[in-house]
Amino acid sequence: MNAETSLRAGPDANGHFGEFGGRYVAETLMPLILELEQAYTDAKADPAFHAELEDLLKHYVGRPSPLYFAERLTDELGGAKIYLKRDELNHTGAHKINNCIGQILLARRMGKTRIIAETGAGQHGVATATVAARFGLPCTIFMGARDIERQAPNVFRMKLLGAEVRAVESGSKTLKDAMNEALRDWVTNVHDTFYIIGTAAGPHPYPELVRDFQTVIGKEARAQILEREGRLPDLLVASIGGGSNAIGLFHPFLDDKDVRIVGIEASGKGLTTHEHAASLAGGRAGVLHGNKTMLLQDEDGQITEAHSISAGLDYPGIGPEHAWLHAIGRVEYQSATDTEALEGFQLLCRTEGIIPALEPAHAIAAVARIAPTMGKDQIIIANLCGRGDKDIFTVAAALGVTM
Amino acid sequence: MSGDRLSTRFAACAAQGRAALVTFVTAGDPDLATSAEILAALPGAGADVIEIGMPFTDPMADGPAIQRGNLRSLAAGTTLRKVLAMVTAFRETDNATPIVLMGYFNPLLAFGPERFAAAAKAAGIDGCIVVDLPPEEAGELAPALAAHGLHLVRLATPTTDAHRLPTVLNGASGFLYYVAVAGVTGANSAAATDVAEAVARLKASTSLPIAVGFGVRTPEQAAAIATHADAVVVGSAIVDAIGAAAEERANDIPARVAAQVAALAQAVRTARQEKAA
Repeated sequence: MNAETSLRAGPDANGHFGEFGGRYVAETLMPLILELEQAYTDAKADPAFHAELEDLLKHYVGRPSPLYFAERLTDELGGAKIYLKRDELNHTGAHKINNCIGQILLARRMGKTRIIAETGAGQHGVATATVAARFGLPCTIFMGARDIERQAPNVFRMKLLGAEVRAVESGSKTLKDAMNEALRDWVTNVHDTFYIIGTAAGPHPYPELVRDFQTVIGKEARAQILEREGRLPDLLVASIGGGSNAIGLFHPFLDDKDVRIVGIEASGKGLTTHEHAASLAGGRAGVLHGNKTMLLQDEDGQITEAHSISAGLDYPGIGPEHAWLHAIGRVEYQSATDTEALEGFQLLCRTEGIIPALEPAHAIAAVARIAPTMGKDQIIIANLCGRGDKDIFTVAAALGVTM
Repeated sequence: MSGDRLSTRFAACAAQGRAALVTFVTAGDPDLATSAEILAALPGAGADVIEIGMPFTDPMADGPAIQRGNLRSLAAGTTLRKVLAMVTAFRETDNATPIVLMGYFNPLLAFGPERFAAAAKAAGIDGCIVVDLPPEEAGELAPALAAHGLHLVRLATPTTDAHRLPTVLNGASGFLYYVAVAGVTGANSAAATDVAEAVARLKASTSLPIAVGFGVRTPEQAAAIATHADAVVVGSAIVDAIGAAAEERANDIPARVAAQVAALAQAVRTARQEKAA
């Protein structure tokens, strides 16, 4: 497949995926964004950059992550064979570290001496604090005050790792406000600061470079399933907030037209309520945080609050490449509610002895729905992008258990 | 676009040998009725150009003062349609003071660029500053504004180097807004010498008037900028004062703002004479 017809060729030179993406930032940041784009282009062409990245992914992160045949889950559901891509086994317990390693290497190439990041559930904050400690760079993490309350263990982890955690009291005090505050810090400290964005969103080149650093997931999964089964899977499933774990799994398969791809948004208390985080199902095209994408917003273009039991999916937007893949119909987007995610969470605990994070629990919920409708000779790969240790308090509360 | 309100006003100030005072207030802050009274009081107090902030839930380029102004305004039910209606009412008594809308792209996109441009022109608006719409992304809005004779004001910043500047100036109209400090609104002030250098550098590349804003709070700071720039923008200090007055439920907010603006205007109008004397 040549570059013109490949679905993997995007974004275009200005960072657009179809009508989505782009660089909607304050003029102060534009030279920085263009500098980052150049630095990334140079890094991609530098074998030494790739060698250092691969070395760290292998020896520090623990890659490749296993592709695990979930035999009891498969038996329980009675349909397609289910494989789990075990990115929850990475150092720091989620896929976020794949991207952070790549970005901090870029920061070092650019001579930046200070790291900032936003975080919702705290997973990206922990991963960023981790790589900042590993490379001896001071690090400030912006986190909504409301998220700080509900993710206390990760706040403590970040502090142990030497990061300053700054509580964001503005707006809804969650992930989107943390991102606003990180952008405000960046524009104020442009001379020395590198902003490690945690998902495949934000101004170009972030959606592209975060995706590229996360495609290690899909590249490994592709090679692993070919080795195990001698063929490509019939279905890929991943949960989506901003969508970095999903695009990381999906991207290497986009041109394989026989592979069905399904992304799972968080529908919170239900799509018919206003309390969900499904920006494709319930949003409209708009501009926020540096990119044009699908957003939860009111008719006046004011951003509305997202809701999900999973703090990591609790964001009113989605990465622009997903918005485009949705628009062209290559990827099918479904959703799972808080309740379904809790069922998926418990199902995986019970059948496989794996406690998933609430984010991939949404993907497990979708697998539970779809697998029984498929033949036993068919194959599913679901992305298990994080482990659930951080969520046990939330789950206990949701199940009415007092700890 | 000679003969429009902006160029007429800048020319008039230049003829008087002084800088223009540009005042920023968020529309609908603390509520629409008070905001309309504040707006009406600004020209008499000495505002030469009025910037009206369109409130947005996520004002990522603004500091705490204007963030709070945005939230007060949204809480009071302000919408873009109501902002346009407020300007229409203002124009019934003042057809000379230029009005520039400042805000973020998403509410304009939701309204529809073409529909917005037509409505803004009809309301008597002269131009727009869209903070998160750099020249590279302006294609969705700029043609609609141009078709209705509205300026899309460009921003230059301390990070705008010689390589970047031509991109910023290509298609710039109305005036050039120089963001004096890398940061958010209401942040620290720039050193007057840095501003002087920056203005001189910009003037070598454009004949547009240069307005300098960000970090200008006091009459003294405004006067220092006014000796070099064609216009001085004061925003957060006024929005802060509105917020403080709203907090104490004051019923004389427009009068307080007028007094604050009068002091700024006095400083701006006499700055170059004082410098010369």
